[in-house]
Amino acid sequence: MASLKEVKTKIAGVKKTSQITKAMNMVAASKLRGAQQKMDNFRPYANQFNTAMNSLSGSMETSQFPLMEVREVKNVELLVITSDRGLCGSFNANIMKAAERLMKQLEAEGKKVSLVCVGKKSRNYFRKTGKVRKSYLDIMGTFQMFNAREIAQEVAASFLAGESDQVQLVYGQFVSVAVQRPNVGQLLPIQTLGGDAGAQPVAAVDYIYEPSPNEIMDVLLPLYLNVMVYRGMLEVGTSEHAARMTAMDNATRACKDMITNLTLIYNKARQSGITAELMDIVGGAEALRG
Amino acid sequence: MAETIRLEIVTPRGAVLSEDVDIVTAPGYGGEFGVLANHAPFLSTIKIGVLTYKKGHDSAQIMISGGFCKVSDNKITFLVESAEGGREIDVDRALRAKERAEKRLAAARSQQEKINQTRAEAALQRAMARLKASGQKAA
Repeated sequence: MASLKEVKTKIAGVKKTSQITKAMNMVAASKLRGAQQKMDNFRPYANQFNTAMNSLSGSMETSQFPLMEVREVKNVELLVITSDRGLCGSFNANIMKAAERLMKQLEAEGKKVSLVCVGKKSRNYFRKTGKVRKSYLDIMGTFQMFNAREIAQEVAASFLAGESDQVQLVYGQFVSVAVQRPNVGQLLPIQTLGGDAGAQPVAAVDYIYEPSPNEIMDVLLPLYLNVMVYRGMLEVGTSEHAARMTAMDNATRACKDMITNLTLIYNKARQSGITAELMDIVGGAEALRG
Repeated sequence: MAETIRLEIVTPRGAVLSEDVDIVTAPGYGGEFGVLANHAPFLSTIKIGVLTYKKGHDSAQIMISGGFCKVSDNKITFLVESAEGGREIDVDRALRAKERAEKRLAAARSQQEKINQTRAEAALQRAMARLKASGQKAA
């Protein structure tokens, strides 16, 4: 049986840990609120953008735009977005597993894969593979649009230069506070939103375009790319905080269980100590009376 | 002036403005354009610059940066990367940004760096637009 003192120190230690995890839980909760707010703010922009793209691309031959050009796929670039920090359960691990699975599958098909990593976790994980072409660190905390723009320009440049024929986005989708799912989506070539538009044909409004629709598309497509990357970053950021909240909640609960068990052990040890002492005293008194 | 048009400005950070106004003037691809109520459907790209709208006797200026605008159903929607109302703009900061951009532009020009030059130009345009929207003379 562990000595009294040892158990006591252990209890104190676990208590401290639970304080930390509890604080982290609360921090994550408030950050989650902020991130969710940002997502809500962003949604109208993204929706409006999609509608505009729909009404534009519906009337156009899309293959003429370099960013929409479908080529034979030989080189694939994966844009993997994870968080910068850990302690959020299996959230990052799940994203990286999804990315790795995709990588293996693509390589089995004889395609070359390169990686662009956003977030420290993915960079560290894939560093050893030697396939990381570029990484962006310490940008997940702030959700700045210009970060997304930089990343979008980077992948677009390599796509336009012919270094990659397809760009896939691997990120963690925020489904709800309890559920975050790794998700894969095609970034480049930009797919026509025809799928949805076909289902509900956009009312054929005769817009006056200025400049010509084609030139507008040239401006809109890079912006659209920004929107996609930014949304990925927002989703990952929000998911990260949600995942951390859950993980820290679990940790706090585990700490509580441990404290209960340890206290039980402590009390047992204390009681048996007292019993032993009593036996000593009683034994001594008996002997004296003799 | 009974007829008004709905003006909406949306950025990635959320809707900035949603108001019924008399007239909107904005920096379009081919120069400034004005939109009144019941304008025909219209789609244009937007350059960095100043958007002005009037409502009765009040008018306001907003600095907007790249994006596009859509007019349909008596509604004009601006989808831009950023928008700042004239009163929110930090004039000192914009002035400093302008100086910085001018220096960078000069440096980039002398070294013939195309990318830096484009970037500096964009930064300069933004700073100028901010100053204009805040009502300060971009001296």
